[in-house]
Amino acid sequence: MKKHVFSSFLLLFPIVFFAQSNLKGRIMDKQNPEKELGISGATVNWLNTTIGAVTDDKGWFTIPYKPEYKKLVISYLGYKTDTITIRSLKTIRYFITPESELEEITIKSKRDAIQKSLFATANMFTVNNDELLKAACCNLAESFETNPSIDVSFSDALTGTRQIQMLGLKSPYLLITQENVPSVRGAAQAFGLTFTPGTWVESIQITKGAGSVVNGFESISGQINAELVKPFSDNKFFLNAYSSLNGRLELNTHFNEKISNKWQSGLYIHGNYRGEKFDNNNDNFLDAPLAKQINVMNRWQYTDAQNGWVSFINFRYLADEKQTGELNFNPETDRGTTNAWGSEIDTKRFETSAKLGYVFPELPFQSFGFQLAYSNHQQDSYFGLNMYDIQHESIYSNLLFNSIIGDTRNKFKTGISFTYDKYDELVEVGTFNENFKRKEQSFGAFFEYAFDNLDDFSFTAGLRVDSHNLLGNFITPRLHLRYVPWKNGVFRASAGRGKRSANIFAENQQFFASSRQINIDNVGGNIYGINPEIAWNYGISYMQKFKLFEKKGDLTFDFYRTDFSNQIVVDWENPQEISFYDLDGKSIANSFQVELYYQLSKGFNLRTAYKYFNVTTDYNSGNLQKPIQPKNRFFANLSYETIAKENGAQWKFDATFNRIGKQRLPNTSSNPSQYQLAAFSNPFQLLNSQVTRVFSNKFEVYLGAENLTNVQQKNPILASDNPFGVNFDTTIVYSPIFGRAFYAGLRFKIN
Amino acid sequence: MKKIVFIFSLFLLGFSAQAQKEVKKKRNAKVTFKVDGICGMCKKRIETAALKTKGVKFAIWDVKSHQMNLIMDERKTDVTTVQKNIMAVGHDILLDNDKKLVAKDEAYNSVHPCCKYRDHKIVEDHNGELKKQ
Repeated sequence: MKKHVFSSFLLLFPIVFFAQSNLKGRIMDKQNPEKELGISGATVNWLNTTIGAVTDDKGWFTIPYKPEYKKLVISYLGYKTDTITIRSLKTIRYFITPESELEEITIKSKRDAIQKSLFATANMFTVNNDELLKAACCNLAESFETNPSIDVSFSDALTGTRQIQMLGLKSPYLLITQENVPSVRGAAQAFGLTFTPGTWVESIQITKGAGSVVNGFESISGQINAELVKPFSDNKFFLNAYSSLNGRLELNTHFNEKISNKWQSGLYIHGNYRGEKFDNNNDNFLDAPLAKQINVMNRWQYTDAQNGWVSFINFRYLADEKQTGELNFNPETDRGTTNAWGSEIDTKRFETSAKLGYVFPELPFQSFGFQLAYSNHQQDSYFGLNMYDIQHESIYSNLLFNSIIGDTRNKFKTGISFTYDKYDELVEVGTFNENFKRKEQSFGAFFEYAFDNLDDFSFTAGLRVDSHNLLGNFITPRLHLRYVPWKNGVFRASAGRGKRSANIFAENQQFFASSRQINIDNVGGNIYGINPEIAWNYGISYMQKFKLFEKKGDLTFDFYRTDFSNQIVVDWENPQEISFYDLDGKSIANSFQVELYYQLSKGFNLRTAYKYFNVTTDYNSGNLQKPIQPKNRFFANLSYETIAKENGAQWKFDATFNRIGKQRLPNTSSNPSQYQLAAFSNPFQLLNSQVTRVFSNKFEVYLGAENLTNVQQKNPILASDNPFGVNFDTTIVYSPIFGRAFYAGLRFKIN
Repeated sequence: MKKIVFIFSLFLLGFSAQAQKEVKKKRNAKVTFKVDGICGMCKKRIETAALKTKGVKFAIWDVKSHQMNLIMDERKTDVTTVQKNIMAVGHDILLDNDKKLVAKDEAYNSVHPCCKYRDHKIVEDHNGELKKQ
């Protein structure tokens, strides 16, 4: 008997032992130094049980433990709920992170590189870092190449700068913001996108159609917001080196340093260099400019989650130099002469901004934010004998308050904003020799109401009133609707008005590299003698998410129409002239897109799109299709990645195909026959591809090729044999100039 | 003796008066309790029921921990009303020590078949789905 008792005791012993054991642990918040990081009152629970505990005033808890409990759920109001796996009785220490950050950062998911939400009211999607890594690097303009909603075009034969378009309209009609501060505008319009290195970008939010009234009245066709990497969340050290066979070298380094519990600082340095001369098409002109850029940013991030304060302070300096033109052009001896045609574009830009945000700690739905940004942009440039200098000083400030009416189904944002822009431009083109100076200032107030019935219907209605010294007093309405008719399907509609002053020279800088004469139709307006641009944008879209053969996918249709009440028509139809005049008649951009995403198998994704654009304007010479704008485009992107090993090692393959339909070319019929172009360009296909080998979470290398099909425009420069003659023109570029190009790079990070 | 009783009751009166003063109704009271449920559909149902209660400003329910976090105006509503409204859409309120306030069967039966949190098999199915992810 005794033996029995003893053995049963032995048998019971482990059970009793475990049954009585407790797990000890501590829940902490990195930003809570008062209780030495501990969080009191947080709940810990075993998953799917009612067994829980609450942390004491130093963040410690003790919870009964059984071996069948594997997952511990940690929750605390205002913080993200986390589930952690427990394998032993070792005392745990766990940091939780605040849920509500001040900016509306879309929470990233590792699964999809492009996220389309069923819940957002606006037709908005987020492109995260994974997607940005698919194309090689290098700056914001190039990061859209794997994205069907944005079209990347070739703006001219000289600078190699890419321009982006949405809904058939080029970037001045898009509001481009950096962390919700308008950034690529004014003097920076032409090259601004190339001034944000790709590695600085954490994610991009793209909104099609009328944007929000919160960021101003300028957006017409949409908004692109780039969130930069943040000192708190970025790697401690990051290095990216890139080199391409067309002579481009780039280097990016990030250093992030914790200064105190609340302060974190980051230093980001980007440099790029192209020193080799290439002339593959033998027109005696450089195919791509010689370039140098140094770009330095210092960010300071302050986070005091306990008291609800968040702040960012940024300083940034950029120096960018480009030289282009004839192969034998030497700026020191040939500038201002007709020895050889050449051009230099020299840009210096300084920026500083501060953001301050406060979330009421007791009321997570209520917050206010303040933004203040200053920039000074100076571009000195000449193109052959033409000169163009622009200086643009800008101040932007916005005070914003977010709260609810009654409950969180009814939210509102309201605030006031002030902007100031000072321009000083010197334009010397042939006999046109003028100095344009202007100051723009505006004061505005906005209110945006968002309703969500938490089920199938939501809308956002915004209105802003602005008082602008040159554009007058006006109101800007914007409306977005969302309706879910059935599971996983969503209808969206939007409408809104936009107004802006066109910076005719800064936005059309490519024409300086031609013999075109400037012609401005002065109608007595406030800006270059012309009037502001006003447009209405309407759109509808439908998205259906689906599962087919156990694989997920989505199908999106959208149609947008932009209707200009006034537009500054940029008329290229006379090959010896560029004319700017107020629209007399109609100018309409219709855009239709159908996009399909499908997961072919695990890690193997297809994204494909067909786009149709019909952009017509009433020119003085009649109603015409917008030149160098294909009506039909087809896009496909295939990506495949192997399953990552525990250390992160994997292979990634990516290929992007574009078919670009025929494009109407500007009229050249009055030129001598050797300088005439056909009425339409031929369609062509482009293929880019990249392979990435991830060795570990720390190190990866990539190898890629652009323009694998080796498409090249034969004659990108008209009259390249006589650059100082009347027919010289570098503006009619509709396909790549540079042929096939290979590149390689590496990324190294320390966390 | 009478005197003692009188003094004692005076003392009590003062105490209760003070106690009442402390139960001041807050405009933005934070309230936390647990609600049974298993999935995203439950989350939507529970949060909507809570938010539709006049006076509730903010409601977040966590699927894994079953925790409901509320911010509400105590002058307009109280916890019992919110809990009643949640039970009315078919969800049980979990109390400490494995006790719970049980929703009426007809309310429980109105939830979507995949949300039948009282059925162990369905709960396990959901756990299985979690694992797959």
